[in-house]
Amino acid sequence: MARSILRTILSRMITELGHFALILAFLIAIVQAVVPLIGAHKQWYGWMAVAEPAAKMQFLFTGFAFAALTYAFVTSDFSLRLVWLNSHSAKPMLYKISGVWGNHEGSMLLWVLILTLFGACAAWFGGNLPPTLRARVLAVQSAVAVAFFAFIIFTSNPFLRLAVPPFDGQDLNPLLQDPGLAFHPPFLYLGYVGLSMAFSFAVAALLEGRVDAAWARWVRPWTLAAWIFLSIGIGLGSWWAYYELGWGGFWFWDPVENASFMPWLLAAALLHSAIVVEKRESLKSWTILLAILAFGFSLIGTFIVRSGLLTSVHAFANDPERGVFILMILGFFTGGALILFAMRASAMEAKGVFGVVSRESALVANNVLLAVACFVVFVGTLWPMFAEMFWDRKLSVGPPFFNMAFTPFMILLGVILPVGSTLAWKRGQIGRAAYQMRFVFALAVALALLVWVMQTGRSLMGPIGLFLGAWIVFGASLDIWMRAQRKWDRLLRLPRADWGKAVAHGGLGVTMFGIAGLMAWQVEDIRIAEVDTPFIVGGFELELKGVDRVQGPNYISTMGRVILRKDGTEIAVLNPEKRNYPVAQMPTTEAAIDYRFLRDVYVVIGDPQEGGGWTLRTYIKPLANWIWAGVLLMALGGFLSLSDRRFRVGAGASKRRTRTVAAE
Amino acid sequence: MRYLIVAICMLLALPLGAVQPDEVLDDPVLEQRARGLSKGLRCLVCQNESIDESDASLARDLRILLRERLLQGDTDEQAITFIVDRYGEYVLLRPTVTGSNWLLWAAGPLMLCLAGGVGFAYLRGREKASEQSIDALSDVEKSRLAELLNDE
Repeated sequence: MARSILRTILSRMITELGHFALILAFLIAIVQAVVPLIGAHKQWYGWMAVAEPAAKMQFLFTGFAFAALTYAFVTSDFSLRLVWLNSHSAKPMLYKISGVWGNHEGSMLLWVLILTLFGACAAWFGGNLPPTLRARVLAVQSAVAVAFFAFIIFTSNPFLRLAVPPFDGQDLNPLLQDPGLAFHPPFLYLGYVGLSMAFSFAVAALLEGRVDAAWARWVRPWTLAAWIFLSIGIGLGSWWAYYELGWGGFWFWDPVENASFMPWLLAAALLHSAIVVEKRESLKSWTILLAILAFGFSLIGTFIVRSGLLTSVHAFANDPERGVFILMILGFFTGGALILFAMRASAMEAKGVFGVVSRESALVANNVLLAVACFVVFVGTLWPMFAEMFWDRKLSVGPPFFNMAFTPFMILLGVILPVGSTLAWKRGQIGRAAYQMRFVFALAVALALLVWVMQTGRSLMGPIGLFLGAWIVFGASLDIWMRAQRKWDRLLRLPRADWGKAVAHGGLGVTMFGIAGLMAWQVEDIRIAEVDTPFIVGGFELELKGVDRVQGPNYISTMGRVILRKDGTEIAVLNPEKRNYPVAQMPTTEAAIDYRFLRDVYVVIGDPQEGGGWTLRTYIKPLANWIWAGVLLMALGGFLSLSDRRFRVGAGASKRRTRTVAAE
Repeated sequence: MRYLIVAICMLLALPLGAVQPDEVLDDPVLEQRARGLSKGLRCLVCQNESIDESDASLARDLRILLRERLLQGDTDEQAITFIVDRYGEYVLLRPTVTGSNWLLWAAGPLMLCLAGGVGFAYLRGREKASEQSIDALSDVEKSRLAELLNDE
């Protein structure tokens, strides 16, 4: 008894300390946002030096606050309102932890934790930066943190108490109780918030009044890291939607999905334009603008998710007050940065000279296409709001619009990618680049034609997607083969950045392949399946053997047993489920999927029918895995590029670097 | 948040599963048309789903209504008009190109022309520009930059 009281007191104390640490971090952030900025302006080194320890302390205190909240969730401390609302003592441990960010307040704390983590990383690894630039970067980063700390403390405090702690909690939304979704938000936030680094660097450069190759080299790894995390986060979310929502869609053009996709598109553009700044000292002001916009879109995403302005399955908190607060943050930072940009951009003139046909131009084309694609998504996402505000029309903009308006840009991008990525810097020859690609082109066309002949009478999407996928994948292979001067032994000695480029481009091709395959050749079957009566779907034989009731840790499941046969031999037993979570009073569907290299068989169980039998939905989904395999490849390419030796200069490990060179 | 959960519960507690076996038309061509059309119609009580994907009973009613219209010999346009007349253009997931909506549809192409034009002008400018010496940097900065850049 005494021990349990002691434990309660201890856990309350930890929570209070966490609350206190959060407020301390807020105060430190204010200091860090102001003092180094003045120091950098006046060239006072003592003031600038405040930034580094402050950034580290800020991170440690926020980390403590986050750990305290996690502790409260893990120990099911229902005296915290947030824990009571989003947790339950019978919930599996993984979801007790993921429950920390499965709600508005906790996810904001995670958001700001990552923000301070990036700030601390810049302090830890930023030794190579000129002191004024470093001070300004950290100050801007901290200014963003101030805004979000204030947002958390004044509108969304996770540490609020309940006067009378209830006996048990209300459980986390069962849809969120899933391993794929447990890690979806942290990755997404690492991406969103990682772009704040690019933003801080851009604003700091504007304050400095100078952008050069070294600046681009410093900013690129941060953008790359953010882009990698964003890719993984989006991939996880899309994969979750595929297996959880019950009909195997992977992308719905939902406002919140778009909110994560827009920064991804802009980050991809930024990665490419920073290369031009780094190598050719051109496109400087555009790169700065992109860095501002990329983070601006992250903030817009946050606004969309949390204001409840747009209807979405993901909507977190529909609190107008919070929406207004985020809108103010968005307006202040994006607007402020853009004004600064308008004042200073003209000072950044380009130095490199290059022809209209050159690698530089190809990268400009890449940027134009990615930025316009992002613009289309932006207009489409916000159009229902505009239409209602200005013309009093209540309308919807859904997948059919985006598929039509967005896809052409991606097709165009895919077409120019292999040629553009092999063009020479400064002055290239389109004829030469095209000539090099002739076999790749012929191969891709041949594949597409073959498939077109085989499928007879279906949509052209499959062959076109297949052509694009093959064109990009083979093009990327040829690119790296030429970089190695067509010699095997040189292939492995190429810089990792070259491999990164080839793998990431190849990944895009694989994803396009998968999307085309899935959308063009999916087979669907809806029927009432009688027990022990086999039926055929797209060359597979399925048989429902029975339906059981199964008790899970915090749910009750209705689980079907379906035998999957191919050519008479059993290849899998599938268990599609319908789960009911009694605490949250909510059912979910768990599709059973037989994952294979070339196709998935996807089975969903429905309701029992009056005349016996169960509703059973079966889908054959060709190339489904390729979509996420491609995303993983893109992220892997990013990692390879990030681990390239030359980026470690930007990371500040110059001494260690010299040694590794010698060792190789 | 509570409202949202309650709303989702209400949606999902209804008979589960999108298109039900009993809805499917006997004529495969007609059914194919119905599926195609219902992918473009919004489920009115859902967050962002077509009636083809939705589990809600209202979506089911709309699916059945659509099939009835097709069985009575409506063309695709007639069937869609019939539903839009009753539920408003909100049901269309693909907005029509009427009135102010042309702006939505033209946004992409217009922006592409604009961005492409600006980009091309920039490239022409770069082609004609003469290479400047990098004199904005001090000697110290130059050597530092060289140190950074030569490290490949």
